[in-house]
Amino acid sequence: MSQELDEIQAIFFEECAEGLTTAEQGLSAMAAGDVSAEVIAGVFRAVHSIKGGAGAFGHAALTAFSHRFENVLDEVRAGRIAPTPAVTAVMLTAFDILSDHVAAAKGTAPLPDDAAALAALDEVLTGKAAVTPAAPLPAPVAEADEFGFTPVAAVVEEFDPFGFEPVGVVLEELEPAGSADWTVRFGPSRAALANGAEPLLVVRELEGLGGQITGVDADALPGLRDLDPEDSYFIWTLSVPGTVARADIADCFDFVSPDSVVEIERVATEAPAVIAAEPLVAETPPTLASLPPVAPAAVAPATSPAESVRHVEPPAQTIRVELTKLDMLLNLVGELVIRGSILADRLSPADQQRVELPELARLTREIQDNVMSLRAQPIKQAFSRVPRMLRDLSAETGKQVLLETLGEMTEVDKGVIEKIGDPLTHMIRNAVDHGIESPAERVAAGKSPEGTIRLSAEQKGARIFVRVADDGRGIDRARVRAKAVEKGIVAADAALSNEEIDQLICAPGFSTAETISNISGRGVGMDVVRSNVEALGGRVEISSVPGQGTTFTMILPLTLAILDGMVVRLAGQRYVLPLAAVVESVKPEPGQVRPMSPTSDVIELRGNYLPVRRLTDVFGFATNGSRAPEDSLVIIVESEAGPVGLMVDTIEDRREVVIKSLDQNLHPIRGLGGATILGDGSIALILDVEALVGGAASTFHPLKGLAA
Amino acid sequence: MSKLILTVDDSASMRMLLKTSLTAQGFRIEGANDGAHGLERMHEVAPDLLITDINMPRMDGFELIEAVRGIPQFRGLPILVLSTEFSDEKKARARVAGATGWITKPFEAAKLGAAIRRVCP
Repeated sequence: MSQELDEIQAIFFEECAEGLTTAEQGLSAMAAGDVSAEVIAGVFRAVHSIKGGAGAFGHAALTAFSHRFENVLDEVRAGRIAPTPAVTAVMLTAFDILSDHVAAAKGTAPLPDDAAALAALDEVLTGKAAVTPAAPLPAPVAEADEFGFTPVAAVVEEFDPFGFEPVGVVLEELEPAGSADWTVRFGPSRAALANGAEPLLVVRELEGLGGQITGVDADALPGLRDLDPEDSYFIWTLSVPGTVARADIADCFDFVSPDSVVEIERVATEAPAVIAAEPLVAETPPTLASLPPVAPAAVAPATSPAESVRHVEPPAQTIRVELTKLDMLLNLVGELVIRGSILADRLSPADQQRVELPELARLTREIQDNVMSLRAQPIKQAFSRVPRMLRDLSAETGKQVLLETLGEMTEVDKGVIEKIGDPLTHMIRNAVDHGIESPAERVAAGKSPEGTIRLSAEQKGARIFVRVADDGRGIDRARVRAKAVEKGIVAADAALSNEEIDQLICAPGFSTAETISNISGRGVGMDVVRSNVEALGGRVEISSVPGQGTTFTMILPLTLAILDGMVVRLAGQRYVLPLAAVVESVKPEPGQVRPMSPTSDVIELRGNYLPVRRLTDVFGFATNGSRAPEDSLVIIVESEAGPVGLMVDTIEDRREVVIKSLDQNLHPIRGLGGATILGDGSIALILDVEALVGGAASTFHPLKGLAA
Repeated sequence: MSKLILTVDDSASMRMLLKTSLTAQGFRIEGANDGAHGLERMHEVAPDLLITDINMPRMDGFELIEAVRGIPQFRGLPILVLSTEFSDEKKARARVAGATGWITKPFEAAKLGAAIRRVCP
């Protein structure tokens, strides 16, 4: 023992002497009949302090004896044992032995024989009743005592009367290394922050063990109004490598309060957060009758591992890989592609050939395509719970609904599939609740009694279009408008196009519980759908024909896709237009582009007139007077609304670009599909043609400063 | 800047032991010799962590924790109890008072240090 510790121990023995004096005085007072709480507490504290210090300095015998003594004192202090003269006599004897123990610890006396004193103390305890067992107390099982505090130290050798095991000395350590990963669920106590515990530290510590967050259960998260910023609402799921000992994981939860959710389990056989290649199975178009029931939770957002693989048919030969590894790979390949194009920019064509750059570029592209396809999953996964839902809805509402599904093998990034489940559910529910009429109504309107919902998915360029189309009554625009005016969403005298009225359904504050019952059109939770989809970097479009039906379209990004792009210049900056949307480019003759109104132009093209958007106006660029159309280029793009001309300054190049999401790095911006790094290392923004043209072209407003 | 810890214990040897073993692990240690003294020192020291004993004269650990939690500045302060006591009832009381964690004496320096870093990295 170091000199410093010797000095501290010397102080400890001084304290022992003081403590013994205090205890003796107290016990004498008790023997004389003063059994006030203060006196008893004083004796207790003295013995308690001796025990604490003795433990710290490793005096096992002293610690053990003072612990047994303290047990009795604690009962007396708590009023569970009456300080009768007999009890006080036993304690006085115990005190004498305690003094001898202190002397022995100091090394000035031999170890006393404390058997008789201990027996007497035990007798006092047991004589009291069987309520409190004599020490040692039963050892709580490691990892979680009922009150959440788990002792960190249990130290002194040959002595464990406290019954505390150091956290997690458990059988799991015997499991072979490399066995299945741990799934750890952690829901911080709702009062964690109030007790000075920072749940994030637990997560960080688990991450330090190699853990990764694989899911978040946010079900308990209330609306903003009810949100208490100092409350904890999430339950995190983490995957921790199987090589980590359970005890080390349990250690992380040392200071987690008892009402927290803490679950540590071996994943049975399934690795967490996996994706599994799904065999392409030819399937007849599903109808309500032909599809088996499917658990609705199957494609819920943030699916647990087990859920996310539930629908996988028995694969011939698959290997499961953590999603994060794929993401890392995809990112790296993306960087590689960019580096490749930078090289291509810097090398002369001859040099490129000499170093076989084209071959390298081709291989890189192939790798990238392959990695992308690993992450992509058929959207079928998201569609699969719809038939079941429709059956339930049919039963609830008495409406008959047929489902038609198209394009369910369309491959979409797994992250997108996981997140469209909820919006899709809302849209389907809406279609049945408010779109499809009752059989009687339908017959009266000359329709078949069965309504049809057509669910479809298709990829166009870098976007996925998911449509829910019903053949119901369509949107009752007069009522929607009236409701919006009543709710103060639009002014009573606002001039609104049909499309604008339809969009009101998605306006925040339009849907309320009240409107569900008295608006015959739509409105349930559509603002939620819109915000969900926008959070994905997508958008929702609505089209409706009264009496014939309504179509909701979710237009979603293919995250991290490669884009075949056309690099155009606009007010001195470069932008990328998805080549898939480009039909042709036109160098206008004087007079070919004509103004229709102060804000719109048309171009005459082979006898047709197409609307033209000046992108400088759309983006609100200050231009020195409008550039004459004949000095510009008009690029004709195909959009949902038909062909539209986009006026740009020049075309620079055609190239493949790697989409870097704006949503993740900035936030979604209407009109922009992402950003990319060009061959020379500069950044170009990728234009979202559909948003620029506007599904409802007439409602498009200029994007002021890109901030719309 | 290393973390500043206020240790409250009526035993001078325990305070010294804490100071010696924790200083060696890079923490800065201040001490107080009972709950009332600890409460007095809180503002002056403004520690990153409070470690307190339970059984102390004048003001015990439970009262100290409650009082400290009542001070807006220390609402989020990690507070560890370091006590030879170990009953569930006491732990529950400490939890209600606002303690972050409970460590049973005797302590092993390295483990105590690890526990401290757990709540106060």
